Amino acid sequence: MDLLNAFIVLSNFVLVPAIAYGAQLAIGALGVTMVYGILRFSNFAHGDTMAFGTMATIIATWGLQAAGITFGPLPTALLAIPVGIAACAALVLATDRVVYRFYRAQKVVPVIMVIVSIGVMFIYNGITRIILGPDDQRFADGERFIISARDFQEMTGLEEGLAIRTTQGITLVVAIIVVVALFWFLNRTRTGKSMRAYSDNEDLALLSGIDPERVVRVTWLIVAALATIAGVLYGLDKSYKPFTYFQLLLPIFAAAIVGGLGSPIGAIAGGFVIAFSEVAITYAWKRVLEYTLPESLAPDSLVQLLSTDYKFAVSFVILVIVLLFRPTGLFRGKSV
Amino acid sequence: MNDRLRAVLLFGLVALMIVGTGFVQSWNSALIILNMGLVSALMALGVNLQWGFAGLFNVGVMGFVALGGLAVVLTSMPPVGAAWSAGGLRILAGLALGAASIVAAILVWKKTSGRVRGWAVAAVLLVGFFAFRTVFDAGVEAVEAVDAATSGYLGGLGLPVLLAWPVGGLLAAGAAWIIGKTALGLRSDYLAIATLGIAEIVIAILKNEDWMSRGVKNVNGLPRPVPYEVDLQADPGFVERAGSIGLDPTTASTLLVKLGYSVLFTVVLVIVLVLAQLALRSPWGRMMRAIRDNETAARAMGKDVTGRHLQVFILGSAICGIAGAMMTTLDGQLTPTSYQPLRYTFLIWVMVIVGGSGNNLGAVLGGFFIWFAWVQVEPLGQAIMGIVTSGMEDGGLKRHLIDSVQHMRLLTMGVILLLVLRFSPRGLLPER
Repeated sequence: MDLLNAFIVLSNFVLVPAIAYGAQLAIGALGVTMVYGILRFSNFAHGDTMAFGTMATIIATWGLQAAGITFGPLPTALLAIPVGIAACAALVLATDRVVYRFYRAQKVVPVIMVIVSIGVMFIYNGITRIILGPDDQRFADGERFIISARDFQEMTGLEEGLAIRTTQGITLVVAIIVVVALFWFLNRTRTGKSMRAYSDNEDLALLSGIDPERVVRVTWLIVAALATIAGVLYGLDKSYKPFTYFQLLLPIFAAAIVGGLGSPIGAIAGGFVIAFSEVAITYAWKRVLEYTLPESLAPDSLVQLLSTDYKFAVSFVILVIVLLFRPTGLFRGKSV
Repeated sequence: MNDRLRAVLLFGLVALMIVGTGFVQSWNSALIILNMGLVSALMALGVNLQWGFAGLFNVGVMGFVALGGLAVVLTSMPPVGAAWSAGGLRILAGLALGAASIVAAILVWKKTSGRVRGWAVAAVLLVGFFAFRTVFDAGVEAVEAVDAATSGYLGGLGLPVLLAWPVGGLLAAGAAWIIGKTALGLRSDYLAIATLGIAEIVIAILKNEDWMSRGVKNVNGLPRPVPYEVDLQADPGFVERAGSIGLDPTTASTLLVKLGYSVLFTVVLVIVLVLAQLALRSPWGRMMRAIRDNETAARAMGKDVTGRHLQVFILGSAICGIAGAMMTTLDGQLTPTSYQPLRYTFLIWVMVIVGGSGNNLGAVLGGFFIWFAWVQVEPLGQAIMGIVTSGMEDGGLKRHLIDSVQHMRLLTMGVILLLVLRFSPRGLLPER
């Protein structure tokens, strides 16, 4: 019984939040890794692309709510996502046309592209803040819980409760749909295959008649969709704030690099590695240990390895360890 | 137009803009812009050393600047005796224990091999971590309990504040050594992400380690290298002299204090600039640029590319640390929450790119120029928005538009950066 209680506590505070957070990071990292694989640079504007897509979704959500349309027990934002994706896609395609294409034609070194993406980041940052402001926005509505802690306790008769929030459930479901759709697209469709060919060997792909501009356009469309979905899921689960999205850049990059830049499956694995380490290291293990250890050994302190403020340190340390021992990442990504 | 004339004209323009601010707004604001411009120019010089000389992409400038700020507290604040006796030694012992366990782990890694290695290192680190926490946490608790409202930290060494500037450089250099050891020699964007990470961690440490920096409670009243305004105003000789040039004592004292800072900062900037120019023209500088332009060829010529990169990375970061210490001295307080990556990392990058990467004078020019734009865009934007919204009736939209002016800066900086990169990628003063 104690072990079961320990497991419930663990699930409630570590497993469930980490799975949701991991899924959000994974979708974010997929976007970074796609840009890296096809356009061959680290996109520092990705966090702010997420913020922009989320902002558009929030505004559309407010519009729907004002029109009296809701999505029953689910958050209205899910209905508004397509609007967000469309706005975000328009923005990144316009950016590519006005900014990135010039440098692509010149075949500049990747680091110049990174600096250009910093300029783009400034602009996106300014746009989102001008339109919606720099403050916290909560836009989740509908049912709060799939199962609340009290219901769970009554149902099972256990001492500990397990709460699963709707947003956490939605995150997982949406993430699975997105990942399946993306892999189906990359592996089964003609466009997807041409993208992979382009990513593997640009010259060979050009020789076999693949239109590079089309590949780039499709990539940006996918990136816009991934960024918006990741941003909306994160915003529903926690809250929307432009600066937080900028800060997400670090765990997202860590996830993409840990998995191996340019490798989609690596991005997903990396997302979960980062999320689980962050949550596990900043969680106070006291109650789990109280259930699992005999009473004489039960700890007095919180048994929290690091305070939550140091969660960036966790992604950073994992990143450094991977860079030191396996610079191409877990799934052998590219290295330039 | 030759390079020299161009440089003279552009620097003249900057001088004109600052003097113009003095006439149009006030001399106080002109001096504020000048002082922060000097600090920004120094930061830009540091980044230029890394990017312009060596092609290293450091996006952790904020972290090094913040370490410089921490150095001011650690060097110049008077020590808090009660806190030291409560748990100071315990904290030091804890830190020593932590460092020792890392060293032990590295030794174990070097001495063992095969399957034992990973487990042995993990075991050493785990034991070391818990030992560190046991010793360290109790000390921290004791120190932070000492008079939490006014101190609650160990204080510094009580040394003259000017000494904090080189110390800031040393702290930043130490951090740069750790990052450089891990991330240099890998791909260029890995260094970028590693530095981005370390900057966030430095800020997190400043915000949370109350025993060291008082965290978000800020350290106020840092000692100053220049006299206090109040003392000047109380000095009859000063009041008389101010009167003789037609200034009231209050204005005169604030101007004199700011001028004092300007002189100090100018001295540091000139020293660093001269050293950087000498370095650029020396064989060492030629080697750095050779490595930047073609790493493979330089390596084939027997140059130690990673070693040189580490060297220049440490030097550049140290300059950022010195600048950070100077800035905190100017502010008179350490406020960890005020460190924002957009302001302290990416803005410095805009300065370097706009000024002209690879050209020290260009970096200095960019520092002044962009800082001036950063300060003046807001009033300008407010004026423009005032005109745009003047015809509108009062309401949500008008208020929103006027509020949004403060975010105009980011947009403007992004646009400036992209325009320069596109149409004048070598910057205002190109590398020779």
